[in-house]
Amino acid sequence: MIKNLFNRMEFLIGIVILILIVVMAFGSASFFTVQNLMYQLDAYSGDIIFAMGLLVVLIAGGIDISFMATASASVYIAAKLSLIYHIENPILALACISVSAIAFGLINAFFIYNMKMVSIIVTISMQSVIFGLLMYFTDGRLIYDLPEWWVEPTNLYTFGSSGNLYSITVPIMVLALCIALTIFILNKTSLGKQVYALGGNQEAAHRIGINVGVLHYFAYGYMGFMAGIAGFVQSYRNSEINPSALVGKELDILAAVVLGGASLTGGKGSVIGTILGISLIAIIKNGLNLAGVSSYSFDIIIGLCILVAITITHIHERKKKLS
Amino acid sequence: MEQDLFLSAKNISKYFAGTIALNKVDIDLRKGEVHCLAGMNGCGKSTFIKIISGVYTPEKNALIEFDDASYSKLTPSQAIKEGVQVIFQDLSLFPNLTVAENIGVKQFASSLFAINKRKSQREIAQKVLDELGFTMELDVKVADLSIANRQIIAICRAIANDGKLLVMDEPTASLTRQEVRSLEKVVKTLTKRGITIVFVSHRLEEVLDISDRVTVLRDGVKVGTYPASEMNTQRLGELMTGIKIESSIKEHDYSSKENIIEVRGLTRKDEYSDISFSIKKGEVLGLGGLLGSGRTELATTLFGIHKPDSGEILVKGKPVFFRNHSDAVSQRIGYVSEDRLSLGAIMEQSIADNITVSVLNKISSRRIGVVRSKSEREQIKHWIKELSIKIGFETEPISTLSGGNQQKVMLAKWLATDPELLILDSPTVGVDVSAKASIYALVDKLASAGMSILMISDEVPELYYNCDRVLHMKDGKLIGEYAPREIEEHKLMEIIND
Repeated sequence: MIKNLFNRMEFLIGIVILILIVVMAFGSASFFTVQNLMYQLDAYSGDIIFAMGLLVVLIAGGIDISFMATASASVYIAAKLSLIYHIENPILALACISVSAIAFGLINAFFIYNMKMVSIIVTISMQSVIFGLLMYFTDGRLIYDLPEWWVEPTNLYTFGSSGNLYSITVPIMVLALCIALTIFILNKTSLGKQVYALGGNQEAAHRIGINVGVLHYFAYGYMGFMAGIAGFVQSYRNSEINPSALVGKELDILAAVVLGGASLTGGKGSVIGTILGISLIAIIKNGLNLAGVSSYSFDIIIGLCILVAITITHIHERKKKLS
Repeated sequence: MEQDLFLSAKNISKYFAGTIALNKVDIDLRKGEVHCLAGMNGCGKSTFIKIISGVYTPEKNALIEFDDASYSKLTPSQAIKEGVQVIFQDLSLFPNLTVAENIGVKQFASSLFAINKRKSQREIAQKVLDELGFTMELDVKVADLSIANRQIIAICRAIANDGKLLVMDEPTASLTRQEVRSLEKVVKTLTKRGITIVFVSHRLEEVLDISDRVTVLRDGVKVGTYPASEMNTQRLGELMTGIKIESSIKEHDYSSKENIIEVRGLTRKDEYSDISFSIKKGEVLGLGGLLGSGRTELATTLFGIHKPDSGEILVKGKPVFFRNHSDAVSQRIGYVSEDRLSLGAIMEQSIADNITVSVLNKISSRRIGVVRSKSEREQIKHWIKELSIKIGFETEPISTLSGGNQQKVMLAKWLATDPELLILDSPTVGVDVSAKASIYALVDKLASAGMSILMISDEVPELYYNCDRVLHMKDGKLIGEYAPREIEEHKLMEIIND
């Protein structure tokens, strides 16, 4: 049982994170505080929500590069419609974001499943098309005059004593819901098991009578849905919508999800691992920041960390296979 | 329908774009029997399996009868309902899921929106494993299991899915002899429970060992159904091909000829030790022994892939040291791998590229290494004709060919290097009877032309009828040498298989 634990990527990353936390807590007084934790959770909520969607696609054996474009476009569309038709209802706006984001995902699924095209090519092209259209129609103009509920920072729950007040913000709440939903689907429903089966062996899934097409539409649709929600969270945190703020960061998320144990060949990955993968990168960034290291060196250090982590697990897997 | 029949298929025909894959075939499958479908590639046995499992629709006037229902055609779900389960050659398992999840796959595959019943899934898996007498950890990922254990999982899954007729397609192709024996036991357990087994295999020996009855198909027509006890491999081969097969043993004595390769005291830790033998010019030397006896490791050492810890290799009397396999190739040694799928052939690439990949330096212009397409084409044409490889277009991927023709392409690849010693590691695995015969004929022809051949095989008859001498390897040591002209086939078989 303990040996099993050691064989898990999640466990290894968890240990590394613990070590880092201890080291950094000694290095900086402000690192190991609830304040910092809540702040980081809020700051990374969007990234983790993107990662939840991408995780599902990766487990299903696919890949998606278009989700940042999807997020930007769907949020922009919803904001524009809200402004034009003076919609003040959050539910309607969120529904609009979801519908358009899911629609983009379903288009991906159509090309990948029905047209039998390679997912990476489809989604790279879709990224270009969606982002291109967005920039073409908006000229890259930012939206500042969002409805009040969209930009007003709201604390849903506050705890702690006076002087040390911590709040559960809207992004943290949304993040928790997205994580819970993804865990529920992947671990508790037959739909989730089928997604794993699809990623493990598509031909076998088909032969056993699993509806492979529906699963493709689900995986890319879910990715779209998560992208829309994450896009909303980002715009909420920034109190503005910048159509070009997100695109270009797809690979950061992908690297974090893979770091968390998901496989590019499908069938593998977990929500916990994904969260740990993103946390590891976040902790390193945060620690370096607090230590006053130049932000230019971040990329080097993070790139190296990912390389090392993936190399270690690769060697580990190979040893396991040989033994 | 008779009482003891599980399935009676009558008047089954299937046409594909003008060609007749099956022509009015009648096959009865009894409850609890092991029924073998034998025939060469394209004889219609796969088509028949696909018809009774609902993948293909038969032509009009077909009748497929079960105990309580009869159909003129089956859908896949009807076939499953009647208890027809196919275990494909690739097993169709989910390597990333656990044993319990694979066996109890029905629990989550049947509906999308249901809460996982982990507990009942485990119970189902445990029950089936118990019933068939296996012990296996339920939470191990299938990727971590051996091929033999994966096969057990596939069988358990079929039973968990209420299988009453199990069709096994080439179940022994990737198993060792011991694993084949334990599979035979499993098959016996299944038949005792009244489950019918349909068995498709190229290994005629095993087919006869394990089956109660054999149905032979040839060119889409049923030749007949025979009790396995009244059959032998030679007769079965003749029925399958329609050609009288003659096999004779070799009578030559090569001891006075020149040594092409000699090894002295070759040792590699944990793999083989103190191996000494020589191969003469024009001689076919057999290397027999169970899988895991160190045969393949020895062969790959001769080909420079692995380095020996001690001992020496002499090529034509001169000691050589191979740093890698290109050193071996330059000493004119060729090696046709046992594992065509993952090591030998580049499956997605064209037949032509697969032939010339080993001689790219020969057909390229010396200075800049650009492939001269004219000499490449000549090479390809030559070998396709020489080995009578049946292909559509040489530009098609090699994966479109049958096993036998793929193997011939692999041979062509190495023959193009003009070797003096050709190592053939299990050259007829997954190859049908007629392609086997033509590979044997080719071996004979090459040897007569002066090529030395080291043939490694699981099948003792193959060594017996094709080699001048047979070495017996066990646990990394050479423990015997036999000349077929001095020993009887069944005695050699007993010695090597024990």
